[in-house]
Amino acid sequence: MVERGTALLKKMEISVAEADKRTGKNTVNMQETYTVYLIETRPAESVSEGGTPVAPDTLWRRYSEFELLRTYLLVTYPYIIVPPLPEKRAEFVWHKLSADNLDPDFVERRRVGLENFLLRLASHPVLSNDSIFFLFLTEVLFLVFQKADSRLKSLSAMFRVKNPDKRFTALKHYSEDLSTVISQLLRIRARVADRLYGVYKVHGNYGRVFSEWSAIEKEMGDGLQSAGHHMDTYAASIDDILEEEEHYADQLKEYLFYTEAVRSVCRKHELIQYELEMAAQDLSYKKQQKEELETGTVRIFSLKGMTSKLFGQETQEQRESKVAALEQSIQEGEEALKEKNAESQEFVEKAWNDIERFKEQKEKDLREALISYAIMQISMCKKGIQVWSNAKECFNKM
Amino acid sequence: KKLGIVMSGAKVPADISGHMLDLDEEEDLEVFSKGNPMPNSPDSMVNQFRLDEENEEEQQGAINKDIFVTVDNPESHISAIETFITYRVVTRTTRSEFDSSKYEVRRRYQDFLWLKSRLEENYPTLIVHPLPEKFVMKSMVERFNDDFIETRRKALHRFLNRITEHPILSCSHHFKVFLTEEELAPLRKLGPGFLSRMSETMRAMANSVRGLRSKLEEFAIMQEYVDDFSNNMCSVDKVTHRITKEHREYMDELKQYGPTYFHWAESEELLAEPLKGVGSCVEKCSKETEEQIQYLSEVLVPTLHEYVLCADTLKAVMRRRDNIQAEFEAKNEALASKTTDKEMEVDDLADRVEQANNALRGDWSRWRTSMRADLKSAFISTAAKNVDYYEKVSLTYWFLFRLRKEAT
Repeated sequence: MVERGTALLKKMEISVAEADKRTGKNTVNMQETYTVYLIETRPAESVSEGGTPVAPDTLWRRYSEFELLRTYLLVTYPYIIVPPLPEKRAEFVWHKLSADNLDPDFVERRRVGLENFLLRLASHPVLSNDSIFFLFLTEVLFLVFQKADSRLKSLSAMFRVKNPDKRFTALKHYSEDLSTVISQLLRIRARVADRLYGVYKVHGNYGRVFSEWSAIEKEMGDGLQSAGHHMDTYAASIDDILEEEEHYADQLKEYLFYTEAVRSVCRKHELIQYELEMAAQDLSYKKQQKEELETGTVRIFSLKGMTSKLFGQETQEQRESKVAALEQSIQEGEEALKEKNAESQEFVEKAWNDIERFKEQKEKDLREALISYAIMQISMCKKGIQVWSNAKECFNKM
Repeated sequence: KKLGIVMSGAKVPADISGHMLDLDEEEDLEVFSKGNPMPNSPDSMVNQFRLDEENEEEQQGAINKDIFVTVDNPESHISAIETFITYRVVTRTTRSEFDSSKYEVRRRYQDFLWLKSRLEENYPTLIVHPLPEKFVMKSMVERFNDDFIETRRKALHRFLNRITEHPILSCSHHFKVFLTEEELAPLRKLGPGFLSRMSETMRAMANSVRGLRSKLEEFAIMQEYVDDFSNNMCSVDKVTHRITKEHREYMDELKQYGPTYFHWAESEELLAEPLKGVGSCVEKCSKETEEQIQYLSEVLVPTLHEYVLCADTLKAVMRRRDNIQAEFEAKNEALASKTTDKEMEVDDLADRVEQANNALRGDWSRWRTSMRADLKSAFISTAAKNVDYYEKVSLTYWFLFRLRKEAT
């Protein structure tokens, strides 16, 4: 899934090797239990050599620190689709799967998800070069300023763009559709898993009942008893089968969360577009004002204009100073517009670069996920064939 | 005195039956069904299975059997008073007691009930295969659907065929009447009256209250087995119903699962093909699950159900045997205490006890053998069906996997 394409991966191996529990005091001075994850890094060459591998550098981090890293990346690279973190709380669970964050199975799946997150970052052409990311992997003390980015704040504000970029609009709609459809699929898959669990487990009752029955039968007893054992095996096999399927669900979830990252890029572009439009609008308003002052015509209603009409014109001096001020303002405005334009173009170029990269990655990953799902189903069927063939043999001996 | 097996035609004393006969003619609840209730042609594996069983009996007949009976062609009858279903019963035989070699009559469920009660009356300690249950109205108006009629038809067919396989019961006079008489209704009403049946039953109950002096150990063991067997059959039956229910719920979810893949494929380009592939695999899985459910409902469930009913039959047989012994013991005691001098009657009762015991012994091993064969075969074929299910599903996914491998 992840190629050794980037400079970072060429020089180091990254993994999230373990998880552990810690207790400590939180911000309101209360005792809390939380999980920490061990980040291991080692030089890439050390593994390929024979003999004892070099001991890795390690440090422990908790989930919230990963969140800080991601927030930093979102702010610093607004045009990049930043890989998502594994889910904070277990969603789309089928009933036997625990929704408890401290449950060992959940912690294990989260460990895998965090490792996946780091590897995604490490293989990204742009993000892998970030120095803060490098520090995250290697330095124990890690402080991040919560950049009070006003622009980030305004992402939640409502604004309307006059000329939306069609490509971004299409992308936004696609990611909304994808989000809906993957959510739906995950929901139903969880229900299917639940039902399948029921089917398998109920067969376990045959084990108990055949055993009781075999006690009173002479010729049939052995066959029944051994068939019952196979039914127990059948019932027990579903746990592993569904645990494996959970991995498939996690792959789909990653792309569900990716849609959020895609939408975030679209929104940031909308913001830039909006600011661009505002700058252009502002400039054209100032130009118009200047023209009016120069020609004396009033096209735009203004209180000043009305009062001057009512109470007499300004002096020539006053007017000339106003025009000069406007000209200055217009020049600044034109500079600002040029900057905004450049910023926008740079954003669009970089964003589309990443979007194309993301599209390819998505096609590849999801195709592989579907194939591995098919393989899982085949494996499940093979187990079923074996158990029922064995049971049939036992029934034959009845 | 030792008597051999009761031959057909020999008059058996009428006061043998020990349990309240279950004939509520007024409460027959058959209702007419919609449309043309022809049985389905045997495409499905299920019907094939049953058909094979029916054919097998006919093939075996080349060696031992000289009488073949089929039950088919359910039809609804509407009259002013009631509506009910009749089945066609066709008999082919080379037996000399029959005047002709082929008979075709129409019978309704009540007629089968009549036959069963006559057989139980005349052969109280022989094990008669159970009839399908009467239809119990749970809600206001229940219409017989085709599935119910078909299930019942098969059970009625099995009921008659078990009788034809039984060396004693197949020679029963009432059985012959059942197979050959055009109109059974007038004969039904001529049977031993309600009142006489009542008095038999009450006498028997009075005797059994006294308890048995001593029960032969073999019958005590048999009784224990029957009780355990009954419990076990009920458990297996319950579990099987539960499994069927779980399968149904699984299938319902699968039916919603498949379409989500197709829905997703609509917004994708390169991913559309693999998504549709998985979607159609899920659809196939759902179809196969449906077939699996049908198979369970038509093969395993009815077989287990019949043996749950068999357990009740066995209990009734044991009770009747006990009553015969009790009646003898009562009269014997009376003789010993000189309150009666009817030695002849006591001798008769002693013979009856011996007859009953021998009949039961003989039939017991017969029953055990066919029980074992029936249940073994039902479980084997269920296991085979499950293997078949998994093979079909894995093949579907394998093709998808292969296609994807070739594409990449």
